[in-house]
Amino acid sequence: MAEQAQQHPDNALPLNLIEAINHALGQAMEEDDRVVLLGEDIATNGGVFRATEGLKERFGLRRVMDTPLAENLIAGLAVGMASQGLKPVAEIQFMGFIYAALEQLISHAARLRNRTRGRLSCPLVIRAPFGGGIHAPEHHSESTEALFAHIPGLRVVIASSPARAHGLLRAAIACPDPVLFLEPKRLYRLQRLPVSVDESPLPLDTCFTLRAGHDLTLISWGAMIHETLAAADALADQGVQAEVIDVACLNPLDRNTLLTSVSKTGRAVIIHEAPGHGGFGAEIAATLAGDGLMQLRAPVERVTGYDCPMPYFAMEQRYMPSVERIVAAAQRTLEY
Amino acid sequence: MNTPFTTTPYQPHTRLTRLGAESNWQRLCDGYRTMVLIRQFDKKAINLQRTGQLGTYASCLGGEAIATAAGQALHDNDYFVPYYRDHATQYLRGVPLHQVLQYWGGDERGNVFPANTPAARDLPYCVPIASQLTQAAGIATKAKLGHEHAAVLATCGDGATSRGDFYEALNVAGVWQLPLVVLINNNQWAISVPRALQSASTTLAHKAQAAGIEGFQVDGNDLPAMLEALDYALDKARHGKGATLVEALSYRLCDHTTADDASRYRKASELHVAWQNEPLARLRQVLVAAGHWSADLETGWLGECQQRVDDAIEHYLNTPPAPATDMLDYLYAALPEALRAQRQALQQTAGGSHG
Repeated sequence: MAEQAQQHPDNALPLNLIEAINHALGQAMEEDDRVVLLGEDIATNGGVFRATEGLKERFGLRRVMDTPLAENLIAGLAVGMASQGLKPVAEIQFMGFIYAALEQLISHAARLRNRTRGRLSCPLVIRAPFGGGIHAPEHHSESTEALFAHIPGLRVVIASSPARAHGLLRAAIACPDPVLFLEPKRLYRLQRLPVSVDESPLPLDTCFTLRAGHDLTLISWGAMIHETLAAADALADQGVQAEVIDVACLNPLDRNTLLTSVSKTGRAVIIHEAPGHGGFGAEIAATLAGDGLMQLRAPVERVTGYDCPMPYFAMEQRYMPSVERIVAAAQRTLEY
Repeated sequence: MNTPFTTTPYQPHTRLTRLGAESNWQRLCDGYRTMVLIRQFDKKAINLQRTGQLGTYASCLGGEAIATAAGQALHDNDYFVPYYRDHATQYLRGVPLHQVLQYWGGDERGNVFPANTPAARDLPYCVPIASQLTQAAGIATKAKLGHEHAAVLATCGDGATSRGDFYEALNVAGVWQLPLVVLINNNQWAISVPRALQSASTTLAHKAQAAGIEGFQVDGNDLPAMLEALDYALDKARHGKGATLVEALSYRLCDHTTADDASRYRKASELHVAWQNEPLARLRQVLVAAGHWSADLETGWLGECQQRVDDAIEHYLNTPPAPATDMLDYLYAALPEALRAQRQALQQTAGGSHG
């Protein structure tokens, strides 16, 4: 991750991903008094992962609200608040519990602007930790981002480093559209990296090219970026230069960056933790096949979770894509 | 005027003022006019649907007193969060009747309520049952955080009280002392399922008890009773005294929607009995007996209603269709790059036929 350290040499704070989230929330609340936080255990407890630690003390209970334990309620409250000019940032404690909120997100948040032809809008942010790898209880390790990326009108944003978490969360809060902001909890405390907290928010409609290469393109997001970068290192040892792209914003999708990269390399491997069947990798693969066929020199590979529910933690390491699986897929594409 | 007002099973109201003053009679006459207008509108809307000029339409027949009282009791700076039989309330908040038709005619522009009216920030109709209630709690939270002297009125049907959303909204309104009034139009039927099969709760108002808020029943076919109940509950909300659940007892004199045929599950004899208690005739009788309404006024007003409804229909039918690109142009604040090609393709595609 040397690239990130070099990216922000000055005025950078050393923050891990959860600290970056916490900092971005505080900064957004300082800048805009319409920003309010709500969720379970977020006020006095500071959130089960401490994303909102200290914010109740800084901004008071009127802006940092502990809700009753009901995810559907949290989403409905946020929709109502956002429809009348507040900028609610709601925490769903784990992605595995977000499904009760689906109706609010699909039928209301994502379409309020559309169905009122711009009279009302719904600038909310729903934050949720997602993904496996922390030995969590059942239902605490899902990666169901594809469900949400399928919803027109709902932006789906996924951070994969402290700096991008900070810049993307600030952008999500400033955004006039509803945003689902997914946080890979395996990375929350992985490492502290320099975060330039005073820079402009990051764009919400571009992929991030983390590493340049000309032999093949590795495409991923969330926690899997780390296995993907490690796989790129391993491939480099074999003399293969892999380009690594963090998709970051699943909806709307920056197809141009993906197509441009694959036009150059002719080979692509898509890596995600979620099951492959109907996963978001399929959308990217279809894009590459549809608009990049003439540049492709090998079939697009996908390295994903298996088509089963996320196993309970005793088996989760066997489920999640490994560096070895990614390297093997890359080598298969290079055989063509 | 001795209209029956079924009060709370828990806390009888002693604060309610009786309706006797001249201004109150004026208010009742205004309400009556709205009820007559909306009933005419409703009849015409069903005719439009039957002749293929309107989509599936939810009639409000039998619920006119409830929706009219809601519109009359709301103040301009209050918020209204409807379900989908609230045509009279929307109309009183400032939504022109032609826009109500436009909505049921399948055109989202019907939800663009005029900017200079109290309706401007009201939520549009909510088809997914009860999902509007948690949103209403969110709006009430916003009003409370901003120290607004405003209440939020949300409506739902009896079926909605079976949903978790209903309880979740009441629950948070209790904990946070929200300025929220939830008004149930208990018209006894959730499509084909009668009230008795919806809940074993003695009354739907009892459901307030678990949330720690006040709840009571009111005769939903009785405009003055409805006004008393909503004046009280909304005033209480505006003054920071907490949320209220109002169960308005009524009867759905119509089919669920124009796509429904209630004769499949409802006895004609039951419907016949319900008609004996319908809200318009009752109020007219009271107004006439008290000397505030007459046959002449009735004839004159019916003619006026006819004209207004005809004008609304003409306006609706003569509204040019929206460009197809509207389906993409309002999805995000600005059209994302990812949708540019689709928008262009849509623009270049002829409308085609969809039988």
